[in-house]
Amino acid sequence: MAKAKGAIVVDIEKCKGCSVCVSACPAQVINLAAEVNDKGYHYAYMENPDNCIGCANCGVVCPDTCITVYRAKPVTA
Amino acid sequence: MRELKLMKGNEAIAEAAIRCGTDGYFGYPITPQSEVMETLMAEQPWKTTGMVVLQAESEIASINMVYGGAGCGKKVMTSSSSPGISLMQEGLTYIAGAELPCVVVNVVRGGPGLGTIQPAQSDYFQAVKGGGHGDYKLITLAPASVQEMADFVELAFDLAFKYRNPAMILSDGVIGQMMEKVELKPQKPRMTEEEIIEKYGDWATTGKTRNRNRNIITSVELSSENMENFNHKLQAKYKKMQEEEVRYESINCDDAEYLLVAYGSSARICQKTVELARAQGIKVGLLRPITLFPFPEKPIHELAKQTKGILSVEMSAGQMVEDVKLSVNGITPVEHYGRFGGIIPSPAEVLEALKSNFLEG
Amino acid sequence: MDIKEIIKEENIVYKKTSVLTDKVMHYCPGCTHGVVHKLVAEVIEEMGLQEKTIGVSPVGCSVFLYDYIDIDWQEAAHGRAPALATGIKRLMPDKVVFTYQGDGDLAAIGTAETIHACNRDENIVVIFINNGIYGMTGGQMAPTTLPGMKASTCPFGREPGQDGHPLKITEIVAQLPGTTFVTRQACHTPAAVRKTKKVLKKAFENQINKRGTSFVEVVATCNSGWKMSPVKANEWMEENMFPFYPLGDIKDI
Repeated sequence: MAKAKGAIVVDIEKCKGCSVCVSACPAQVINLAAEVNDKGYHYAYMENPDNCIGCANCGVVCPDTCITVYRAKPVTA
Repeated sequence: MRELKLMKGNEAIAEAAIRCGTDGYFGYPITPQSEVMETLMAEQPWKTTGMVVLQAESEIASINMVYGGAGCGKKVMTSSSSPGISLMQEGLTYIAGAELPCVVVNVVRGGPGLGTIQPAQSDYFQAVKGGGHGDYKLITLAPASVQEMADFVELAFDLAFKYRNPAMILSDGVIGQMMEKVELKPQKPRMTEEEIIEKYGDWATTGKTRNRNRNIITSVELSSENMENFNHKLQAKYKKMQEEEVRYESINCDDAEYLLVAYGSSARICQKTVELARAQGIKVGLLRPITLFPFPEKPIHELAKQTKGILSVEMSAGQMVEDVKLSVNGITPVEHYGRFGGIIPSPAEVLEALKSNFLEG
Repeated sequence: MDIKEIIKEENIVYKKTSVLTDKVMHYCPGCTHGVVHKLVAEVIEEMGLQEKTIGVSPVGCSVFLYDYIDIDWQEAAHGRAPALATGIKRLMPDKVVFTYQGDGDLAAIGTAETIHACNRDENIVVIFINNGIYGMTGGQMAPTTLPGMKASTCPFGREPGQDGHPLKITEIVAQLPGTTFVTRQACHTPAAVRKTKKVLKKAFENQINKRGTSFVEVVATCNSGWKMSPVKANEWMEENMFPFYPLGDIKDI
């Protein structure tokens, strides 16, 4: 069972591959893809999705507002 | 009941601005027009009509405050004199490029440079040919009396809003400083935001409501094709002005064999020259352009057909004479007579100039 | 938990505000402008100001700011934004008015308009992006270029004796009685971005409460002009810009 609590969805075509989100991520979730988008940018993607804690740091620092961040609600017993 | 007052031209501008419901005035002091803002500040219209009056840090700032206010669809104006108007040219080209209505009063003094504080008409080219960079025109009105100083404020606003284009009242130190009897119009209320939208359309930046797209006031367009199209649109607007808005006065022109063309205070002098000439049996008429842009090309061309010579009289080294020549297009001789640097010609010397150019030798 | 279980509408914790348009910004990758645009849009959305806010965009890289934030806009001549904002706010005092200007616009060609608007208690917000270089025209020296910093018009580094000194205009406007809130922030880390958003909100609240001019400087990167990667530019900014342009509130009345 994966331990992920969060996830991100990157608008790949809007992403310019600046990698500011990569260094802002505290859990080393994000990296730039080997592939490029239509504009030729190596876009950001979740390389280690299991680590995502949904902290939204990547979305907050993204200059192109192309990251949507999700965080699962804690399950209450 | 008629309300008559003895006023300076500059004071009449201020009084008329308040009475025609102007929303805002932004200015910077300069001789010989400082009475405009002084009168407004003394009248305190913000307490009565709500009109904003603000002394800016420069003419550059005042014209850009005008830009901001005009972009909100408000009736805003400024006034200055030649050196200050030079500083406003950047703002004026942006205002023309953004298609905003506003009124600018230039009480012209002699130049170039700091020049003199005495009257001149040497800013004609700057006013009617655009003044700043790019292909644009200012609607240019030339008052020849204190009464016209008052009347042209509202006229300038009407034309500015009709065409969404800046309008200039091109006066001079004579008209600005002299005192004459003026009939003042009754106070009009300022228009509400709703009335402005109703009358002029919903283009201004008043806050993007849910029922419309955002309004953007700008003059930038990086696509050359779009920019050429926009320039075509501007030129069509100026052509329409040329067809529909020409204003002029003709005095003793019906039987004239010689014609004087003069505007503003020069026209007042030339009116006397006409009397002097006719007393000597010389049939002289006067055509006084009231709009300098659009220029009264057709009436001048028509009068050229019946005249033996045309003298363009200006307090400049010869600026309007070029437009007179273009209007006449070679069918009769056109000469210029001017005094400048703050010197005002006398009616007699204008008559002498007419004689020496066309009647002697 | 499976990712598909997480990616659901109800789990969204961060997304683009609807006050930002969908247009892809023309800025270089990693440009701070995008972050500050987003923060302004978020503040406008959260404070419910979309219908009453009028922005004034400058000349410089952010000249097309009006393409990105869905409010009414006026685009000013170079440096004149505070004069436009004065005209707008004086005539429409119930609207919310802000300028957004770069260092060349605000601290060189528009110095007089900036200082006098701030000194007149104009009830507006001034947002000042300071990246120490002219981005749009291709990396020329700015009024805020650091001593020794290279630009295309000081290719061997700015030499104060020849090129003049960098101007700390934010410290100057802080001395003016017309300003109520003057602060310098940055957007190089998530925490810094969150702080900048907080001060922007405070600046807009000040305007609603008719408290005079609020002036928010954001020390920013221009990685293209500085010829660095975006991440490296953030590091360079921390090492070189922050010692000269220290972050924090300079005035808060």
